[in-house]
Amino acid sequence: MSARLLELGDTALTLEFGTAIDPALNARVMAARDALVARHIAGIRDLVPTYRSLTVHFDPLATDRDELSRALLAAAEAAPEKSAPAARHEIPVRFGGERGPDLDEVAATTGRSTDEIIATLCSLELRVYLIGFLPGFPYMGDLPDWLHLPRRATPRTAVPPGSVAIAGPQAAIYPWLSPGGWHLLGRTEVAMFDAGHPQRPALVAPGDTVRFVHV
Amino acid sequence: MFEVLSCPVPASIQDLGRPGYRHFGVPLSGALDTFSLRLANALVRNGPDAAALEMRLAGPHLRATVPVRVALAHAMAVIERGDGTRETLPAWHSATLAAGEVLKVGAVQGGTGYLAVAGGFAVPVILGSRSTYARAGFGRLLQEGMRLPVGAGNLSGPEFAVLPAPTFADDEPLRVMPGPQREAFTDDAFATFLSATYTVSHAADRMGLRLDGPRLAHVGGADIVSDAVTPGAIQVPGDGQPIMLLADGQTVGGYAKIANVIAADLPRLGHRLPGDVLRFAPVNVEQALAALRADEARLAQLIATLRQAHSGEPDLEALYSCNLVGGVIHAE
Repeated sequence: MSARLLELGDTALTLEFGTAIDPALNARVMAARDALVARHIAGIRDLVPTYRSLTVHFDPLATDRDELSRALLAAAEAAPEKSAPAARHEIPVRFGGERGPDLDEVAATTGRSTDEIIATLCSLELRVYLIGFLPGFPYMGDLPDWLHLPRRATPRTAVPPGSVAIAGPQAAIYPWLSPGGWHLLGRTEVAMFDAGHPQRPALVAPGDTVRFVHV
Repeated sequence: MFEVLSCPVPASIQDLGRPGYRHFGVPLSGALDTFSLRLANALVRNGPDAAALEMRLAGPHLRATVPVRVALAHAMAVIERGDGTRETLPAWHSATLAAGEVLKVGAVQGGTGYLAVAGGFAVPVILGSRSTYARAGFGRLLQEGMRLPVGAGNLSGPEFAVLPAPTFADDEPLRVMPGPQREAFTDDAFATFLSATYTVSHAADRMGLRLDGPRLAHVGGADIVSDAVTPGAIQVPGDGQPIMLLADGQTVGGYAKIANVIAADLPRLGHRLPGDVLRFAPVNVEQALAALRADEARLAQLIATLRQAHSGEPDLEALYSCNLVGGVIHAE
């Protein structure tokens, strides 16, 4: 399927590959990102890959919009296998108890044991689809169908930083104290975001993979 | 250095924002009204990206611990001099304070104002910007008792003023381009959006504004698989009531976007408060860029024609330029 260009106001263009959460689609997004970075087009402020699209934020007074549009459509044809190799992360997590207050309820809802849920989560090589919602907050997938749960009916007003959580087909780690409606299964002490490292302030980046390690 | 003596409404340090980190989930941040920020910076001989204090509704009382030069946008202040006298500092004028003198900023006209200081506020640079984004611990909101460092500024030479004071087209419709999910809305909904008025609700902060008005119907559902958003994006969740994102808005969103306010109108959007009524007008990208170029030219012209403050009849002129004299004089 060919990608299409969408206008996000006069300061951004979105290259949309599709509308699904799909590793193959996301691989094309990352390949397009890499191809565009290699072009060094003037005026680009940010390149934001998501599950299914690549958005370029640019300075409209310093960017040739037509050139950028052509470059985006050309980048859409980049082959995924030429994408830069992703980093792999192992993240130690303590599951259950006060660190994972929803683990028992998730076990009850899915009809599985807490051990089986933990073992399943730790067996997955999760793909980081995008970083968003909060600085360093990774949206990761894909969870097996039986673990897909809707968000909590009443979101928590304060989710502790480091919380490992699931909702729908996705897993995430909260980098900051924040409100949140996902199911909290455990917590890590690994810092997900460090502004003292401007080259890479977020521990994980789109395209990386993450494996949870039960400690 | 300034000591914060009081701060009635949370204020934050802002510059031109934190581009380059949105793929790490870091919002752009920066001044809501970059036009006024840059003009205020010019009044104290700063570069356009110096960090200033962004004030909402009402400003703080500050004591200078060293000599400083300041300028205000969209607000006026009283200066308490060391000899016990008081002076008025109108909007769009700069003035110099000696160590120990106090600046009492009053009401902010139109929602959002700026206090620029020669040398800029020298709070730490985090990811390339001094802009406060308290949610992730990037800086802190202003509080009583806080000390605000000031960079080395140029205090020699005349104090400046913008005369007459600039005026802003606050009542004009906000110009929008159709959003990336325009197709997710019925034609009726899009027509309604462009013809109806929407009121800013009480859910309004630097992240965004929730609006109340005629419900906007989606063709299918309101939810999309999240993609990128930007300041000015207008999302519509399932209740059909639009949400407009501002400078601290998140980097991705899961609601269909019906339209996007153009860059030239973001500074005006930054002054909207709960209860304000908004209208929208459609433009294409060529018109959006022409508007932006016109605003940049206007800013350059205002900066090129800054006048020396206090050269003629300072008090009267100052009051006129502030539009405080009963609205009789309209600065045009």
